[in-house]
Amino acid sequence: MYRYDAFDVRIVQERVAQYRGQVRRFLAGELTEDEFRPLRLQNGLYIQKYAPMLRIAVPYGLLSTTQLRKLACIGRKYDRSYGHFTTRQNLQFNWPKLEDTPDILAELASVEMHAIQTSGNCIRNITSDHFAGVARDETDDPRPWCELVRQWSSFHPEFAYLPRKFKIAITGATNDRAAVLVHDIGLQLVSDADGALGFRVIVGGGLGRTPIVGHVIRDFLPRVEILNYLDAILRVYNRYGRRDNKYKARIKILVKERTPAVFAQDVEAEWAHLRGGPATVPDEEIARLAAHFPAPAYESLRDDDPRYTGERADNRAFANWAQRNVHAHKVPGYAIVTLSLKKTGVPPGDLSSDQMDAVADLADAYSFGELRVSHEQNLIFSDVRQADLFALWTELKSLGLATPNIGLLTNIVCCPGGDFCSLANAKSIPIAEAIQRRFDDLDYLHDIGELDLNISGCMNACGHHHVGHIGILGVDKSGAEWYQVSIGGSQGQAAALGKVIGPSFAAQEMPDVVARLIDAYLAHRHEDERFVDTVHRLGIEPFKERVYAATH
Amino acid sequence: MPQLIKRGALAVDPFTLVRDAAAELPSGPVIVPLAVWIAQRETLAARGDVGVWLTPADDPSALAADVGRLPVVAVDFPQFTDGRGYSSARLLRERYGYAGELRAIGDIQRDQLAYLAQCGFDALALRDDKNAADALAGLADFTDGYQLTHLRTPWFRRRPDGVAARPLRAVVE
Repeated sequence: MYRYDAFDVRIVQERVAQYRGQVRRFLAGELTEDEFRPLRLQNGLYIQKYAPMLRIAVPYGLLSTTQLRKLACIGRKYDRSYGHFTTRQNLQFNWPKLEDTPDILAELASVEMHAIQTSGNCIRNITSDHFAGVARDETDDPRPWCELVRQWSSFHPEFAYLPRKFKIAITGATNDRAAVLVHDIGLQLVSDADGALGFRVIVGGGLGRTPIVGHVIRDFLPRVEILNYLDAILRVYNRYGRRDNKYKARIKILVKERTPAVFAQDVEAEWAHLRGGPATVPDEEIARLAAHFPAPAYESLRDDDPRYTGERADNRAFANWAQRNVHAHKVPGYAIVTLSLKKTGVPPGDLSSDQMDAVADLADAYSFGELRVSHEQNLIFSDVRQADLFALWTELKSLGLATPNIGLLTNIVCCPGGDFCSLANAKSIPIAEAIQRRFDDLDYLHDIGELDLNISGCMNACGHHHVGHIGILGVDKSGAEWYQVSIGGSQGQAAALGKVIGPSFAAQEMPDVVARLIDAYLAHRHEDERFVDTVHRLGIEPFKERVYAATH
Repeated sequence: MPQLIKRGALAVDPFTLVRDAAAELPSGPVIVPLAVWIAQRETLAARGDVGVWLTPADDPSALAADVGRLPVVAVDFPQFTDGRGYSSARLLRERYGYAGELRAIGDIQRDQLAYLAQCGFDALALRDDKNAADALAGLADFTDGYQLTHLRTPWFRRRPDGVAARPLRAVVE
């Protein structure tokens, strides 16, 4: 993975010193709350319902075991011995003290980590495909590009005070696991007719209160132009994005109001001035960055390891896990493994400090000392020998990280919700837990098949409910917590936004509502048809009837 | 009175900032709203001591023909969180070739000075209730940065290992 050089170290240390000074001046009354807020946000610090929350950047989801152990240690020393992985591949601590945050940032800097621009109206952490570099469907490895864009976006002097937050996702694969269609900018590595590498550029997607699928504004951008083009997009947005209403300030509103075609012209006109300029990226620079992501020392193995095949035949629980949580790897004899952070009874995405240490040991033993965070709030071991899978599974089971539910209903994506977040209309974690308890029969879960269930505690949509096959949104009805249900959303290259089925429900009704949606699906599905495909084929009516017939 | 920082030190400000487009212009060097400049462009230009200030929404291209004869251009930041002026500055410097004093005015505080300087501001009118000695230290918060700015090329072009030292046009072709 990317290792800091002396320059990177210096910049991050300068940031820690700057932030330490800002905290000191705030505590001394030299900065007002209004003046301090944008500064602390750009260092990841929110003031939450009960305590501050510190969001730590995990650049494009990549972590070394040294870093994970440091996070475990920070959790013990400054928090309540756990952290929460988010839908943007970051890690949040929910209980740090404001006074401690400069020390936490200094500790992070010691392992080449930071909380730079994880909040605030600036360019946020760059996210990517959690299978980057090991997927079979990859045009090229996105990680060198992610690092290039991470550096470009860190402390960009012109774009530190944008109209609103700005999220960029990059993928190198044909199957979009980075949700590039629902980001402010989505970049997809593609080849042109001559085989040259470049980017498809998508702008103006996003969830939140106004969910919109992004628009392709350029089918092929020469790769060397990437930073010039990003500068052009950001400059157009910085100058013309709305600042009068924070709910209309995201780039998606500008793109919509200008129309995607006119917005594209604006960007192209700006780019014409920047094209070929000093920010043009030579291939040598990408090669230099790519050298930070070498393939690990793979052994020469053959696929379908006989021991692995035998173990699956002998042990149904292991076979279930292998079917759901193990994914094809581009190198024969290796596998990608998802560690499920979606065990019933544990808030989705949470991991204790002890578990972090144990996971770090396992990644050292089984996956070359690295791991990834997925935007579905799970962890990924990207390079496990098939022959080691049974041993790894055994260890993960004892840690509670082997729930065989990846892609299934109980792999719920869920924001922290009203238990922690001051923006939330409603709690989300207890809803996730109630649904997980209702669907605890594995055979039934597997029979239901692939289903993404997403929960957000408010319309800011941190739980990405719009793109859930079933999406649940917490709403406030005269001070009470209610839940609106939508179906038919999906992520990936066929990104679609779910449709609301009707009036909202009380918390205690939610497991039944989901159960009735599933009943309707099972009654109508064609063979091998996923829930979301049945919804797309039939529309929401049969589902709506089933749900409301029983309640009203 | 705001405190003017130029070239890393406190400086005397000869200019009077005229905020109100309807106000009568005082004698001596003044900085006028863009609308006033546009209305009386040739008269004011002939004086030689008249500068212009831009709101965040003003398009710097309005001054494209004047860059050689303006002693100062100021860009207003009504709130420090309104970042439009950073782009205005880069356009004035890099697109329209303005080489005179470029001044940030309005809600100018310590924690934005380093970014303002990188975007081309060489004069910073610090908010009058802020400590100037303290704010000056903010200019030194960062010793360098990754991006192309008005003051520097991207770090990858300056790296000591020199991987990116090829001439630019060759890179593009």
